[in-house]
Amino acid sequence: MSVEEKVREIVVDKLGISSDELKPESKFVEDLGADSLDLTELIMAMEEEFDIEIDDEKAQELLTVQAAIDYIKANQQAAG
Amino acid sequence: MSDLPKTALITGGSRGIGRACALRLARAGYLVYITYVSRPEQAEETCRFITDSGGQAGSFALDIGSHQAIEGFFQKEIKDRVSLQVLVNNAGLTRDGLLVRMKPEQWQQVINVNLTGSFVCLQQAARLMMRSRSGRIINISSVTAQTGNAGQANYTAAKAGLIGLTRTAAQELAPRNITVNAVAPGFIDTDMTADLPQDLRDRFLQMIPLQRFGSPEDVAACVAFLASEEAAYITGQVFGVNGGLYM
Repeated sequence: MSVEEKVREIVVDKLGISSDELKPESKFVEDLGADSLDLTELIMAMEEEFDIEIDDEKAQELLTVQAAIDYIKANQQAAG
Repeated sequence: MSDLPKTALITGGSRGIGRACALRLARAGYLVYITYVSRPEQAEETCRFITDSGGQAGSFALDIGSHQAIEGFFQKEIKDRVSLQVLVNNAGLTRDGLLVRMKPEQWQQVINVNLTGSFVCLQQAARLMMRSRSGRIINISSVTAQTGNAGQANYTAAKAGLIGLTRTAAQELAPRNITVNAVAPGFIDTDMTADLPQDLRDRFLQMIPLQRFGSPEDVAACVAFLASEEAAYITGQVFGVNGGLYM
């Protein structure tokens, strides 16, 4: 599964939305209705799935699905 | 996930209040996990009491003063292996002394185990409970957190810290259907209070309206209630089990 697909899967699962609603530019809070606890769970799930660490400061900049995907890709490459 | 055994974890479950909680929660049908640090034979005895009466239990050596050890324990024994429904943060120790004479390590050790250790267990448990969208966390505080107690600056500060932790955790975790409450036992007959001099015991007794010391089972009954389905609408509260010592 690609990074995109995995991230989509996590977001759909944690926020309980249908995958049709999910666009790369979707904003977690404004568009997908995430609250702070949802965001924390998303970050923790991504950290676990991709075996990376996302510090709180960085996490606050990951406002959209695409931003999360880009960050994960960049950091996986850095690690590999 | 739902086919994993419903589990209650009690830290410091080899004796005293922790043991009584373990027996009580086993009776309520949970697979009971207890941790211990110094008394493997007593931990095994607690488990044997449970299995002899048809329950299920396991005991684990775990230093609640070590962040790393707690994380490792949750990774190895809890995560993906059982469905953690109840955490009772009970492990605690005392290193009494007047505050003007209290050594830094004396302070730190009690804070590490009684407060920081409970925080780490709560944090680990909350991460799992958030996923299952349910959970019960019960922190064992103390009446001395509410009244103060000469000679226990470290212990009372840690136990009062648990009350603040309870309220904050209750607020943060409520949206995930996790309740967090504290139980504040009064004077309970356990190993911890067995060493107190007789004159001090007599003085305490005079201050307790119900005119007796509590039993570990008195505390366990409150814990079992808070762990039950009936307590679903109760969170962020402190329950005194103290014979009226503090009101």
